Amino acid sequence: MMPSKKLLVSAVRKEQILKLLAQGKRVDNRGLLDYRPLSIAPNVIEKAEGSALVKLGDTHVIAGVKIGVGTPFPDTPNEGILIVNAEILPTASEYQEPGPPDEDSIELARVVDRGIRESKMIDFTKLVIEPGKHVYIVYVDISVIGMDGNLFDASSYAAVVALLTTKYYPMVNENGTLVKGSEKVPLPVQDLGVSTTFAKVDSYVIVDPTWEEESMMEARLTIVYDKSGNICAVQKGGNGALLVDDVLNIIDLAKSKSEEMRKVLEGVISNA
Amino acid sequence: MENQLIINGKRTDGRGPTDLRPLKIDVGIIKNAAGSSYIEHGKNKIIVAIYGPKDSHRYAMNIEKATLRCRYHMSPFSTEERKNPQPSRREIEISKVIRDALEPSLILENFPKTMIDIFVEVLQSDGGSRSASITAASVALADAGIPMKDLVEAVAVGKVNGTLVVDLNDIEDKEGESDMPVAFMLNENKITLLQMDGKMTVEEFKAGLMMAMEAAKKIKEIQKEALAKKYSQGENKK
Repeated sequence: MMPSKKLLVSAVRKEQILKLLAQGKRVDNRGLLDYRPLSIAPNVIEKAEGSALVKLGDTHVIAGVKIGVGTPFPDTPNEGILIVNAEILPTASEYQEPGPPDEDSIELARVVDRGIRESKMIDFTKLVIEPGKHVYIVYVDISVIGMDGNLFDASSYAAVVALLTTKYYPMVNENGTLVKGSEKVPLPVQDLGVSTTFAKVDSYVIVDPTWEEESMMEARLTIVYDKSGNICAVQKGGNGALLVDDVLNIIDLAKSKSEEMRKVLEGVISNA
Repeated sequence: MENQLIINGKRTDGRGPTDLRPLKIDVGIIKNAAGSSYIEHGKNKIIVAIYGPKDSHRYAMNIEKATLRCRYHMSPFSTEERKNPQPSRREIEISKVIRDALEPSLILENFPKTMIDIFVEVLQSDGGSRSASITAASVALADAGIPMKDLVEAVAVGKVNGTLVVDLNDIEDKEGESDMPVAFMLNENKITLLQMDGKMTVEEFKAGLMMAMEAAKKIKEIQKEALAKKYSQGENKK
C-alpha cells in the first residue's frame, strides 16, 4: 500500500545531473541512450537447473531456475506452468527490510513474468508429461543482491539467460511411476523477449536509469519486444506522468535498443 | 481453437470496435468517507472510498506532501470461482499502479505530513476492473475535495481476432491477443498508467493508444456529469 523508497538526492546533485543531461551526458559519463556496462555470467549455481548472474553497473541480480513436477491448472491441462518470484534482498540497500515480498518485489516479478509469458519464449505445450495429470513447473526465482536502479531489465536479463541455459532431467513414466531420465535436456525455447527501460527525468528521456535518476524521474516505461519486432509487454512505473508524445517516442527508441540488447543476450547464450 | 469473438464487425455483446460498455457513476455514496463513488462499467461493480487527508502514521509521513495509499481489493464473491480474500500478488500490483496513475493528478503538496487513503472494493469483476477503478477513484478524490490538476480516466484497448477494440469485456480480455489499459490526464496530454500484455506491432500499439484517448474523452464527460449531478442537488456537505 505504501509508496516505494526513493533516494534523497540533494539539490546540488540534482542541479549537476540536469546540467549534464542538457549537454547530452550522464553523471557516470554515459550518453542519454547508453546502457551501463553489462556483464552476464550463466551457470553460476551448479545445483540449479539454470542460473545467471547479471551485473548492470552496480545493480546485481541473480536468477535461478528449478524444474519441478506438478498437476496442471484445470483450465490449461495441456500446458506446463511458469512461476516467477522476485525478492529484493536486504543485502541490496539500507532501506530494504527483511520480510515477505513488498509491492516493488511483486511488481518486478509480475513484469518479468509477463515478458517471458507473452513473448511465448518457452513452448509450454511441450512441458507436459501426462495431459491433465503431470506437467513440468518452471520456477524462476530472482534475487536482487545489490540495487542501483533499473531492476526490471537486470532481472529480466537474468531470468531469460537462466531459462535459455537451463538443462534438466526429463521425467519418464515407467510402469505407472515417474522416474528421472538419464540425460539432461534444454527447455523448448522458441522466442526471446528483450526488455528495455526508459525514464523521463525533467524533459529528458534516458535509458537504463540509475537509482539516483529513478529517484528524481517523472516516470519510467519498460517495454518488451519479441524477436519478430512485436511489443509483448509494457509497464509504466513511477508516480508521475508521461506525455503521449514521449510514449510514442520511447516505443520507437525501445525497438532499436532492444535489437542491440538482443545481440548481447544471444552472444552470452551461444557462448554458455 | 480460436473463438470467433467478432462477427460481421459486432463484438460478443453487440458493440462495434470503438463502443464503450454501459458506464454509470454515482458520487457520494458513503457517508463516513471524505469522498466516495460507485461505478458500474459493463459487469464491473466497484465502490471507492477516500479517507483523509488525515494525520499520517509516523512511518508513512512525508514532510513535503501527503502520502497517498491505495488498496485494490476483490470481494470473495466478485468472480466465478470464489476469490480468496487474502490479497493476491495481482491485487498488490494493481494497488500500486492505481496509486501511480492517480498521484500525478493530485496536488499533494497542500497537505504535508498527512495521508490520503484510497480504498477500492471490487464487488463484481469484469474485464477492465483496474481501469474502472481508476475512473471511479478519480471522481471520489474530486468528491473528497482533494485539489487536482485534472480528472484521470482509464480504459483498455486490445486486439481481438486481429481487430483493435476499446473497453474489453471479460471474454475479450481472456481470449483476445492483447490487452492494454491506459489512463490519461487529458488536459495535459499525459499518460499516467500504461500496461500491456499480449502481442501488438508498433503500428497497432500507436493506433490503440489513440483509440484509448478518444474513449477516455467520452468517459471524462460521464465523470463530469456524475460530479455535477451531486453538486447541483445542494448535497454539498463539505
